Amino acid sequence: MDAIILQILNGLDKGSAYALIALGLTLIFGTLGVVNFAHGALFMIGAFCAVTLQRILNISFETIDPTRTDFLGNPMKVKTTYVETWFGPEVGASIIDWAVPLAILFSIPIMIGIGFIMERGLIKHFYKRPHADQILVTFGLAIVLQEVIKFFYGANPIPTGAPDVFKGSFDFGMLLGFEANAIIYPYWRLVYFAFAAVIIGAVFSFLQFTTFGMVVRAGMADRETVGLLGINIDKRFTIMFGIAAAVAGLAGVMYAPINSPNYHMGMDFLVLSFVVVVVGGMGSLPGAVLAGFLLGILESFASMNEIKSIIPGIDQIIIYLVAIIILLTRPRGLMGRKGVMED
Amino acid sequence: MSNSNLTRRGLMKTSALAGAGLALPTIFTASSASAFTNEPTGGTVTLGFNVPQSGPYADEGADELRAYQLAVEHLNGGGDGGMMNTFSSKVLQGGGILGKKVEFVTGDTQTKSDAARASAKSMIEKDGAIMITGGSSSGVAVAVQGLCQEAGVIFMAGLTHSNDTTGKDKKANGFRHFFNAYMSAAALAPVLQKLYGSERKAYHLTADYTWGWTQEESIAAATEAMGWETVNKVRTPLAATDFSSYIAPVLNSGADVLVLNHYGGNMVNSLTNAVQFGLREKQVNGKNFEIVVPLYSRLMARGAGENVKGIHGSTNWHWSLQDDASKAFVKSFGEKYGFPPSQAAHTVYCQTLLYADAVMRAGSFNPCAVVEALEGFEFDGLGNGKTLYRADDHQCFKDVLVVRGKENPTSEFDLLEVVEVTPAAQVTYPADHPMFAGGALGNCNPGA
Repeated sequence: MDAIILQILNGLDKGSAYALIALGLTLIFGTLGVVNFAHGALFMIGAFCAVTLQRILNISFETIDPTRTDFLGNPMKVKTTYVETWFGPEVGASIIDWAVPLAILFSIPIMIGIGFIMERGLIKHFYKRPHADQILVTFGLAIVLQEVIKFFYGANPIPTGAPDVFKGSFDFGMLLGFEANAIIYPYWRLVYFAFAAVIIGAVFSFLQFTTFGMVVRAGMADRETVGLLGINIDKRFTIMFGIAAAVAGLAGVMYAPINSPNYHMGMDFLVLSFVVVVVGGMGSLPGAVLAGFLLGILESFASMNEIKSIIPGIDQIIIYLVAIIILLTRPRGLMGRKGVMED
Repeated sequence: MSNSNLTRRGLMKTSALAGAGLALPTIFTASSASAFTNEPTGGTVTLGFNVPQSGPYADEGADELRAYQLAVEHLNGGGDGGMMNTFSSKVLQGGGILGKKVEFVTGDTQTKSDAARASAKSMIEKDGAIMITGGSSSGVAVAVQGLCQEAGVIFMAGLTHSNDTTGKDKKANGFRHFFNAYMSAAALAPVLQKLYGSERKAYHLTADYTWGWTQEESIAAATEAMGWETVNKVRTPLAATDFSSYIAPVLNSGADVLVLNHYGGNMVNSLTNAVQFGLREKQVNGKNFEIVVPLYSRLMARGAGENVKGIHGSTNWHWSLQDDASKAFVKSFGEKYGFPPSQAAHTVYCQTLLYADAVMRAGSFNPCAVVEALEGFEFDGLGNGKTLYRADDHQCFKDVLVVRGKENPTSEFDLLEVVEVTPAAQVTYPADHPMFAGGALGNCNPGA
């Protein structure tokens, strides 16, 4: 029982990442009709925003400490960060410690900017082209972004820790009446889940309760008519692309302490996120979120040893297996609408 | 009427004979001109450095490349000579190899066997490389070693730790200076027993490819021999990045030790996940839960950050060693690049020097002569103490370092501390050990 609860928790946080990426993908697909294979790269860039802010906060100057020596026997150069000299050692250290949450603020303008540039600079030119062309160009873009990140940050994962207060883990078992240490779960992963819930809620309320959101939804339903009413729908859709990029970026920022960011983390999520979108139903936002959590939890369960001993290797294929079953029984996905990608 | 008795058939016969006669000397000269693949004819000799310049092990590859460049510089008489000054064999004097200036070409293995074979093939066929060296993955090393055997060039393996490289996949043209999974286990087991006792239950998470399998087999055998019980062995895909769903079952398995048979990015992520799930604060069976990482590298320790503190593993070499050879190497590498070399850099530097030295002693670049010079070669002064290149399997036997993640690092490079130097005798195994059985060296192949 405790093992099952643990895997549900695990699935929830994996599902959060899938849901956030799939949500952005669906937003872009629903508004602009573009299948954006560079979305995983946006997630990765988000994570590297956290890395970058951490590096910026750690910019330091060197002083020579003659009492100590470095590995070559020369006087040791000691580094002191500017942040610590400006704000004092204690405040400075805690600012550096909180680099990841601070990166949320840092990353939003960057991600929206990258989203704008991507849409206006490249993807705009592919609206009238077939989906295959869009997939090729965005996939190519993803590879370029990945290589750029690798050039500047190297190929190895870069540890990007959560603030000290979120280190360690929470004893869920005690709460539910199990013995101590039976179900423990890292604090930061709980934070991630809560954060994802807030972002998903915010995107839905934005679309549901604002005039801007209403116009966008109308545009998703019938772009031509909205245009005829004298509304510049293209501009709004560009903004939606920026928002989708920011959602992916934020998912990446908060994911940095869970797994040290590396340049190919986006690709690892991209394929799964596409399966999530297809299972949820192309163009359906609630479908994307539902399928994200569903597949995350299923994947978690499939990697339990008890299940793997019955069907070896099931953890590797479960997501695709479920995708096949769902698409066979419900070809439009869980919550897909008629007429999407069926022309 | 023509009375010539020259027939068509006769003409053919004669010309065939004449042709063969004329061709005969050229066949002889051709074969004597290149008795083996890529025999260097001009004033230079080309070595092929095949390292991951992209892919998950690119940082390891970059460090290997730095060390190769340093080795070439030293061989050609540049720099301070590094470990050439401490090497027990004194035939290398900085005048290239057999008087030929050393040049090199590089290839990108991408940490993929097929890409590595393609780049090695291109360096042999297009660039005329006489020797291929490198690799930061056992899968790659085994694949390239096989290719070099067929092509008739020497393969000096870089960072490869699977038993199979000098076990079932060993080849006469291939040589490994780096240690292997068996040696890690033999060195680690006594230290683990001393630290954690004889009654432990171990849970293995293993990267699902040749290195992971032999690592898991070796550690399980060595720890079971001292009384530990192996609770479970779980294989994880090489491409996995989030290990939380593999870590979670450990919590309820009754195990009190977690062995991470992971390397590079895998190890960084699995260790980080294990620490996040509070494994290190956990008490199981009345004992502190412990994590072991059998193959450690400083580059990985840097990736895992604070999580490595107090965790034990083994390594081939570490820059903090205080023998003259290690100090000389750290000095010349550190002055050129500004930071100390990794174990990957050390092993490939040694391999380059060992190859050059073998050619000098053999007096020939012929692979078969080089094989003969390296087989059974005993040397010292390359940072690992007395070392033997065993003739039976082309594996180096030398001391193995047991290391621990340092609690209070004094610099960004000072991440590991050497706990014990396990003597070579303790990690030596018979050539017909079952973990290495199944293959044969075969005969050296000079190619051409």
